[in-house]
Amino acid sequence: MCVKHVPDTAATIRIGTDDCIDENITFIMNPYDENAVEEAVRLKKQTIDADVIAVTLGKGTAEATLRSAMAMGADRAILVKSKSSHDSISTARALCAAIQRDGDPDIVFTGKESVDNEGFQTMFHLAACLDVPVVSNAVKFAMTDTTIRVTCEMEAGDLEHIEMETPCVIGAGKDLNQPSYPKLPDILKARKKPLTEIELSDLGIATPASRVEMIKIESIKEERYPEIIDGTADEIADTIVHVLREKAKVLDG
Amino acid sequence: MKRVAVLIEMKDGKVKPACLGAISAAHDSDAELFALVFKGTAAASLETLQAHGIDRVIEITSQDGPIQWNADHWARAGIQALQYYNIKTLLGLASVQGKNLLSRIAALLEAPLVMDCTAVNLSEHTAVKSQFSGRAVAEFKTRGEYHLYGMRPNALSAVPSPGKAILEMFQAVLEKSKLRVLEVQQGLSDRVDLTEADIIISGGRGMENSDNFDILFECARPMSAAVGASRVAVDAGWVSHTMQVGQTGKTVSPKVYIACGISGSVQHFAGMKTAGIIMAINLDPDAAIMHKCDYAVCANLFDIIPALTRKLKEITG
Repeated sequence: MCVKHVPDTAATIRIGTDDCIDENITFIMNPYDENAVEEAVRLKKQTIDADVIAVTLGKGTAEATLRSAMAMGADRAILVKSKSSHDSISTARALCAAIQRDGDPDIVFTGKESVDNEGFQTMFHLAACLDVPVVSNAVKFAMTDTTIRVTCEMEAGDLEHIEMETPCVIGAGKDLNQPSYPKLPDILKARKKPLTEIELSDLGIATPASRVEMIKIESIKEERYPEIIDGTADEIADTIVHVLREKAKVLDG
Repeated sequence: MKRVAVLIEMKDGKVKPACLGAISAAHDSDAELFALVFKGTAAASLETLQAHGIDRVIEITSQDGPIQWNADHWARAGIQALQYYNIKTLLGLASVQGKNLLSRIAALLEAPLVMDCTAVNLSEHTAVKSQFSGRAVAEFKTRGEYHLYGMRPNALSAVPSPGKAILEMFQAVLEKSKLRVLEVQQGLSDRVDLTEADIIISGGRGMENSDNFDILFECARPMSAAVGASRVAVDAGWVSHTMQVGQTGKTVSPKVYIACGISGSVQHFAGMKTAGIIMAINLDPDAAIMHKCDYAVCANLFDIIPALTRKLKEITG
């Protein structure tokens, strides 16, 4: 499965002068990727002969996230090393090349989105590179021989039941499973599991004709100055209705 | 003349209001505006679309007639329409369906796509979006033959631009899809979708249990609001994860966000900080949210919400 090393969801993000974030903060595995790892590991427990490989594109520090994936049960890991940042097209090309060099996977699990850049599309580009079907936001997964049945969450709680054949790419949603947190022996064992490092430049990937380029980035200052509403419950309710109707103009009546 | 297309989403037989906001993003571009619609809904949407500046409404079908929902098929048919009409810029919504379709179209064309934009400049090919769950904002430039943008629902308001639109049919040629959609199971249809709601009323730790969420649903109904929840309420098992607002839940931009018994963690703010008005009802005057909102109500939500529900019912009848 593909995982991503991202800043902790509780970290304060500071933008440096070079438009890069101050990386002196805690990085973690992208939360949705934990569901992807968990599902892959569960599948291995059912089908015995599966080889579960964690793959990422990132700096050397992303090794921590791969070790976490191995502590959760992945057998080995591949780190495609690159110092620069990548858009989803070039990330997908790199992951695809690394995956295909290793072998042909039956299923690629990944998180439905990443909490840092929120592009929502790397898995789709990866599926296009691998020329396999893809679904995102999977909340239920079952496999019989080479047939996959997944349930994906759509809008307003609608559920879509989809069938496809392996190989395929699946974007894991939060409700797919409850990731189990590794115990100390698992963490120690993960340190000894094999991790292959590949330099991105060694994969010989052609530069894509299209790309998304970041021009500038800045921190957001949160500026809201609260107005206190008080009084009896009825008075407060009246004021709220007034705000909804007159300020926000969201009430028809 | 340059051509721009907008991928239209329908809800209950009508164009989603958020789509009209996405169309307004293209108003300044002096391009010819196309609307791409699926599943025999063009006639129903024509009037609304031409009132908002669309010049040509393209109804996409296939050799077998209207194309039933299948994200892979819709994406491939959409690409054929873009190619046939020589359209290089495509706008859509960063809704669940929009993310699904735009990402597939971008992947199949290997085209640049910026998702969840709050603003775009179609002549410069630039887009603004949040990064790191709303803790930073970045501007991106798309380079390539195509330019795709998914607009955050409600980030832009609908702007009327009355005109006349031509209705055309486009027939795509589709092969068998590798995806088989077996069934679409309807959720609770009387509930408003979080990401597209004008008003969201959310509950957190202060709700105390699952049953108490009923007062939020009751309050939401007369104002057509969606009900959300903080991670605490979801993790406690009071409500489903589909209702979670925040970094590991949904990102929303309603016109009004009413937070009931929510302390306002960084992760929660990541999901709702772009709301127009944030209102907080909390017993604790020192809760983080009470200092980062527009209206702070320091009171017991179990007194305020029922009173508010009564007032709203009086107004809406």
